[in-house]
Amino acid sequence: MASLTPLLVTSGLKRHFGGVKAVDGVDFTLHEGEIRAIIGPNGAGKTTFVSLLSGRTEASGGTIRFAGEDVTRLPAYKRVQRGIAYTFQITNIYQTKSVADNVRMAVQGRMQRVGMPAFDFEAETAAALAAVGLSDRAETIAGELAYGHQRLLEIAMGLALQPKLLILDEPTQGLSDAEIENFLSLVRTIAKRATVLLIEHNMAVVMALADRISVLTRGQLLAEGTPSEIRDNAAVQEAYLGA
Amino acid sequence: MTKSAYRNNLFLTGVVLVLLFFLQFVLPDYHVLMGTRMMVLAVFALGFNALLGYVGLLSLGHAMFFAAGLYGAGLTVYHFGWSLPAAFGFAVLASALLALVIGAVVLRTIRVSFMIVTLMFAQVAYLMVLYFAEWTNGQEGLSLPLSARAVHLFGATLDLSSAITRYNLAFGLLALCLMLLFAYLASARGRVATAIRDNEGRTEMLGFNVFAGKLEMFVLSGAMSGAAGAAYALLFGYIGSTFASFQYSIEALLFTLLGGAGTLLGPLLGVLLMVAMIDKLSELTSAYLLVIGVVLIVVILWFPKGILGTIRERWAPWLL
Ligand SMILES: Nc1ncnc2c1ncn2[C@@H]1O[C@H](COP(=O)(O)OP(=O)(O)O)[C@@H](O)[C@H]1O
Ligand SMILES: [Mg+2]
Repeated sequence: MASLTPLLVTSGLKRHFGGVKAVDGVDFTLHEGEIRAIIGPNGAGKTTFVSLLSGRTEASGGTIRFAGEDVTRLPAYKRVQRGIAYTFQITNIYQTKSVADNVRMAVQGRMQRVGMPAFDFEAETAAALAAVGLSDRAETIAGELAYGHQRLLEIAMGLALQPKLLILDEPTQGLSDAEIENFLSLVRTIAKRATVLLIEHNMAVVMALADRISVLTRGQLLAEGTPSEIRDNAAVQEAYLGA
Repeated sequence: MTKSAYRNNLFLTGVVLVLLFFLQFVLPDYHVLMGTRMMVLAVFALGFNALLGYVGLLSLGHAMFFAAGLYGAGLTVYHFGWSLPAAFGFAVLASALLALVIGAVVLRTIRVSFMIVTLMFAQVAYLMVLYFAEWTNGQEGLSLPLSARAVHLFGATLDLSSAITRYNLAFGLLALCLMLLFAYLASARGRVATAIRDNEGRTEMLGFNVFAGKLEMFVLSGAMSGAAGAAYALLFGYIGSTFASFQYSIEALLFTLLGGAGTLLGPLLGVLLMVAMIDKLSELTSAYLLVIGVVLIVVILWFPKGILGTIRERWAPWLL
């Protein structure tokens, strides 16, 4: 459950694309150990917001602090080294490498972050694959996996990085109901070790997982609260109905 | 790379090198000379392929690094009377440094802009060779003095007027560069390089410094191309501005594409076939540039993976 140490704090965070205010002054606090969901209509700026956190997009204004350090101007790879992992909304894996090789790259990414101790490469890879249930497909070429399995591979790579913060951008998109069930328990396992920030359209998933929910519309935070608070929030209902 | 793939590649490379070594005992003189040229050009293509094949960056200006090595070695010998090993070492270092500086600029661009910017830098280098004709003697070039036809190293003397000595020096350089590239690719850094080639965005989001990874390979590539240029100057005793021209950048591309970009032995194979073909054709016609152009177009359109790339795809997925 959530402790009181803020892991991530943004103040006045902005990203404008020409005239489009994709993210427009967001003050956001994430506590260590929580599972936070971000919801909001299409085009609300959710992907842009987490891209700012991960460093894939540069901020037009405002600041981002992670684990007490200002990371606003840090390049993306350095933020990953600090412990922010990001899984892409559109599956982004090494299509031509085997499933295991995909995960090995992530393990190697973590290895260079923590230095080079005696490190069991293969065991780490196997553990991440086992956690998402892809062990028996380790030698399959990633591009030949079914879509749902590619999503899982994406998560396995996030896991293998052992981040402090794992950002999942619409992870259940395109998954079957059975796969979603599996995914729920997976996120709960991850959350024992990492803070999870989850963008999600499927409200059942959000309600089942999130400790707290933040609602984003038109680049601004509309509301924030526990799942039941958000469910009963009139403004949120209006935003969704209006969307 | 799995352990067995590693062994297979090492074995194949070893067999090819042993074959090349023993060729000197059976080839007639003229072909020993041609073999020497081919191996030096193969080192050039190897350097080019390090960049194109393993981080996916297509440079149109690699003649610049070949020329940096060529002039770095040739001019220090010609004007300052440096010993050949010193000139060679200096030339490789100078090419690596040039690659570091140029790379830091051009790696900020991608795809087509990368090609254009590398091409522009190479044109600048070419024009500089012509501009400083007082030193380089421009188009006509310089022949190195007779005193530069011998290498004194660790008390031994190598006679560079001997075709066999030159063959073995070129062979040694090729073997060294192949092994170096092989070791690099099999290492953790090599995995990062190919990861950048396969998916740059993903690689960055796994915490790797993509820019540094590219720059590292750019420097390795430039240094290898420079080593080839330096070897060319010292082994054949001549330096001239054609080696800095666009045509040489294109030849490196052609050798690599024909043999198979992203395969360790592809550049060597491409050079062997192409140089042999040009040699045969130039007896018949002076329009061998036309042939280069046609082969380039055919390869790009119908045979983009090249010879070894196709073999890897069909039969030997372990090929590095
Ligand atoms: N790279 C970009 N260039 C221009 N506009 C963009 C870019 N990325 C996002 N946008 C715009 O910013 C807004 C928010 O997009 P996005 O963050 O993808 O929303 P969400 O993930 O909530 O659906 C949209 O209007 C979108 O068109
Ligand atoms: Mg989105």
